Amino acid sequence: MVSVPQPSAGSSKNPIRWLMLNRSTWLYPLLGIGGFLLVWQISASLNLTRLPGPLSLWTNERTRELLLYPFYDRGGLDKGLFWQTMASLGRVAQGYLLAALVGISAGITVGLSPALNRAFDPLFQFLRMVAPLAWVPIALVIFQKNQPAAIFVIFITAIWPILINTAEGVRQIPQDYRNVALVLQMSKGRFFTKVLIPSALPYIFTGLRISIGLAWLAIIAAEIVMSGIVGIGFFIWDSYQQNYLSDIILAVLWIGAVGLLLDRAMAWLQSRLTPGQ
Amino acid sequence: MATMLQPPAADLLTPPGDAFLRFENVSKVYPTPTGPYTVLDGIDMAVNQGEFMCVIGHSGCGKSTLLNMVSGFSTPSSGQVVLHGNAITKPGPDRMVVFQGYALLPWFSAYDNVYLAIDSVKPDLPAVEKKEITREHLAMVGLTEAADKKINQLSGGMKQRVAIARALAIRPEVLILDEPFGALDAITKEELQEELLTIWNTQKCTVLMITHDIDEALFLADRLVMMTNGPAAKIGEIMEINFPRPRNREEIMEDPIYYDMRNQALDFLYSRFAHDDTE
Repeated sequence: MVSVPQPSAGSSKNPIRWLMLNRSTWLYPLLGIGGFLLVWQISASLNLTRLPGPLSLWTNERTRELLLYPFYDRGGLDKGLFWQTMASLGRVAQGYLLAALVGISAGITVGLSPALNRAFDPLFQFLRMVAPLAWVPIALVIFQKNQPAAIFVIFITAIWPILINTAEGVRQIPQDYRNVALVLQMSKGRFFTKVLIPSALPYIFTGLRISIGLAWLAIIAAEIVMSGIVGIGFFIWDSYQQNYLSDIILAVLWIGAVGLLLDRAMAWLQSRLTPGQ
Repeated sequence: MATMLQPPAADLLTPPGDAFLRFENVSKVYPTPTGPYTVLDGIDMAVNQGEFMCVIGHSGCGKSTLLNMVSGFSTPSSGQVVLHGNAITKPGPDRMVVFQGYALLPWFSAYDNVYLAIDSVKPDLPAVEKKEITREHLAMVGLTEAADKKINQLSGGMKQRVAIARALAIRPEVLILDEPFGALDAITKEELQEELLTIWNTQKCTVLMITHDIDEALFLADRLVMMTNGPAAKIGEIMEINFPRPRNREEIMEDPIYYDMRNQALDFLYSRFAHDDTE
């Protein structure tokens, strides 16, 4: 009888014990994903579909190379998936930052003015329903070049949730806070930094988080249509043209993982910048 | 109207007739789809400088509207509210409000809420002084230790203390409180009433306070304004409360006059102007 094991302390320190106690948090997802992959692999092995199974990521020699060497760079379009993804992310970053900048400023302006809101809200509501792919030909006509057109597609896809949520956030500033600003005769600048921005921040972040997902979806769509650029979207299209089907599966894995990371990163930023609200 | 202008206490500076704050035949009418709706009708009243005035009446009688015309959030449809001889047209820091829902900014600490008010009203004051005033007023309401807490971490009573500290820190001439203690438990409420009186004794600002609680009004006020029921509410009666200050709750409640006044107010509210519950 040296020590009495304490269940709570032991469960957090002993990893195996922790896994046993929290079976339901990892066992069910594992079963779900495993089952899905199994059904997929069986249907591919039985030739029910032309799509290769998940094992092809390893069994296909070219795909295995892509999987194991994401950082290779042989110049031109022949780069590893890391560089393809980075090129796409770079475009997303530019278009998204532009959308955030314009969306937040326009959202605040519209949110503060009922007249402007009434004038533009129908237009915003209409434009936000236009799919990213539909903007591609318009963007190509406007800019005549792939790179700015791709950034424009990101921008125009990502801006609406940011703009609409920011405007809503400004409209939702409680009347009490406005009254405090009125009775203290706060300057416009002080009202802006001390009341408006903090009050609307949760709404702004909601918009930013919806938009980062949309922006990432849009870049893939845009690159698929714009030929001859380095980027994960065009990589998929190129693989399809050359019938490298298992490469597509690998690229889709990258896309999903990056999208998830972007969303988590925004959620983390949101929790850091809007605590307790 | 002459009886209303009589000063309740001896230490008042303003002579009757030249009152500090006057309601001059004030009416408030709201247009509605079914025609104009009169909330207040022909209010005439004078408030002396440094006076503590409570307003009581059933809900919907326009108490808040009356005080909103002092704070400047609302303007009379006819007549005017005059402070220092100037008609009130918009909100300003000389008439600070303790809002019903506290209206503190939740992304700031208690300290920052008070500091922001001082900094907004007196931006040219040296920062050292602004900090000193902030600390001093938080200390007055007993919040020195909770000063750095965020508003959401504070209890209702503490939030109300911050709101009072913020309001008094900018040294308003008139302090307007709209049912400030309505949401608090009985013990916190009594504590805050006493704190408010203590601070008011040192600052001597004029206080206008809406309340539903007759005992609260009798403990705090120099005069109690009782309003008739809306629509078209008027001032029904103004009761002078002449207990000596500083007041002691037990002593006041032992005074037989206390119960006379209490019964008179109850009679006004529940017999002569009983609230129609079907409204």
